[in-house]
Amino acid sequence: MPLGANLTQEKIVFALAVLLALGFALALPGFLTTQNVLNLLRSVSILGILGVAMGLVVIGRGIDLSLVALMAVSVAWMLTLVSGGMPLPLALAVALGFSLLVGALNGWLVAYAEIPAIFATLAMGTLIYGFGRYFLFSMDVAYIPEGARPILILGQSDLFGVPLPIFLFAGTCLIGHLFLRYAIPGRYLRAVGDNLPAARITGIPVRPVIVLQYVLSSGIGFLAGLITAASVDSMNTRLALSTYVYDVILVVVLGGIGLSGGKGGIRNVVVGTLLIGVLLNGMTIMDIQYTLQNVIKGGLLLAAIVIDTILNPRDEQTAQQGDI
Amino acid sequence: MGLFKPLLLAAAGLATAVTGALAQGIDDPARAPFYESLAGRRVAYVPVAMGFDLTEGWAAGLRSALEPLGVEFEIRDPNWSTDAGAQAITSLIDEHPDVIVVHNPDVQSYARLLRRAEQAGIYVVQVNMRSSYSTDVFVGADYVGMGEAIGNRMAEQCSPANGGSGKIAITQGVLTAAASVYQMQGIQNVLDAHPEIQLVSNQAADWDSTRARAIAATVIQQHPDLCGIVGFWDVMDIGTAAAIRESGQDVFLLTQGGGSRMACDNIENGSFSEVVVYHVPTQARDMAVMIEHLLQNGQAPGTTRSTLFTPLQFLNRDTMTAASCWDMPN
Repeated sequence: MPLGANLTQEKIVFALAVLLALGFALALPGFLTTQNVLNLLRSVSILGILGVAMGLVVIGRGIDLSLVALMAVSVAWMLTLVSGGMPLPLALAVALGFSLLVGALNGWLVAYAEIPAIFATLAMGTLIYGFGRYFLFSMDVAYIPEGARPILILGQSDLFGVPLPIFLFAGTCLIGHLFLRYAIPGRYLRAVGDNLPAARITGIPVRPVIVLQYVLSSGIGFLAGLITAASVDSMNTRLALSTYVYDVILVVVLGGIGLSGGKGGIRNVVVGTLLIGVLLNGMTIMDIQYTLQNVIKGGLLLAAIVIDTILNPRDEQTAQQGDI
Repeated sequence: MGLFKPLLLAAAGLATAVTGALAQGIDDPARAPFYESLAGRRVAYVPVAMGFDLTEGWAAGLRSALEPLGVEFEIRDPNWSTDAGAQAITSLIDEHPDVIVVHNPDVQSYARLLRRAEQAGIYVVQVNMRSSYSTDVFVGADYVGMGEAIGNRMAEQCSPANGGSGKIAITQGVLTAAASVYQMQGIQNVLDAHPEIQLVSNQAADWDSTRARAIAATVIQQHPDLCGIVGFWDVMDIGTAAAIRESGQDVFLLTQGGGSRMACDNIENGSFSEVVVYHVPTQARDMAVMIEHLLQNGQAPGTTRSTLFTPLQFLNRDTMTAASCWDMPN
């Protein structure tokens, strides 16, 4: 058995996160304080929630590039509706319904029209952003109107001194984990991601399960959008055009959920999120410029993938199946 | 008697002539040439993106000033893509409108295109963010001066002599935007003269409120005695304000923007301590005036270079009035 054969990428990344955290704790006064650790978790909790959404899709051997665009557009539309006088609960229901519908459409394109997920969702992201900007609202940034102030609780309140978004991240992870582990659709989802033809032969309703992945991710994305809007009193629809969705993929892939599907779980998302959180927080404390931060983030992702490839060489099956 | 009658008649005749002329009015000799020089002209507007207060405000101001004069006003929206903007300008050079109004995403990208447009006989007006190539008209804030004013304000607010801790942080937008590079220069000029003011963090948030929030949260937590934060755009600094509110600390937030209603609302509710405003309707007015001037005189594009710096206002709870901010036209 070669050295470190049981070292998965998840363990490597976790070790890296711990090492980095130790390094920062020694080098940066004020890194290892309760307040900073809460801050760190708080600042990546939205990224983590989106990571869970993306993780579910990737485990099912798909990818959802429209996640961030859909989140931004549906929440901005919700805020616009409330500004126009619609009661908050109704606006929430309408926007959530819209979000799930688009998710289902994504799923239909992938499962029934059999368009590769990467193209279907890439096109959908652009379409949704354009549709939103043209038909649903005209401004780039939607502010939280008076009528929508109740949702501020999601982003700006504490429970036992811990910011609520951290609990929401933890809750999403827990539900995601239980779903994958114990719910029948969850186990189907993994089976479909692992080997689609085999899953079909065993009688799993493959196509509905694929649709379900995208509906789930759009629903979780909507929650993440609400927390985003509640955290900064506004929803910036320009997020849809940013590279944010790649940060989400970074968290998922860094944590060790293989793009070839069927591998990994929510724990990987948590580990990936933690590493990014530690890194971003430390770099901000050290006052490193944002552009340089991107270089470091990208370099780290490449390093993690290279180490994984060396320690876990591709076998016959993954080589045949290929990545997305 | 013989003399009186003709005099009377002459007087009456004169009176009739004068009242007659008054009833008919005298035509203003400058009027026809004014309308003729403007009717049917085309003005094309290429902002960084539509959909936010500054660019919508300029568009509305230009439209309301120019369209009644018979000027055709059109918008090319590149929606944050520098490439799309460059393409829009390139195709405009072929279509040959009379004036291009351009809002530069950074100091370099459009420089060569703007020169070509002028050579092709199109007037080029730049607004608020300037290119490294100067064209017929620039209307916008004097960012170096603005940086100096902001630096002085922070020095006054946070200097240990006035009871502050001397620690300030800066959240920029995009590092290469004219608003960032020139303004940083101005702030640096002041900081060099004020060694008691310590710049503990200087980061770019990419005009994004979520990123601005995360940066501010970490900086405040790392420097609990932070005295003030300078933000480079009010729309982005909504996030900075949220972080300050959450931290529970008393941090002076000095931000800046075009002075739309949202700025006053956030001063009112305490999110922003002070906002440096370059009044967008005034800028639109300045641009319209310069466009009318150029079109009437018909000089060759590129023969003169005019810079019109927008006067700055420091708005806070004390200086703000009901009329300080403007509402987005619908």
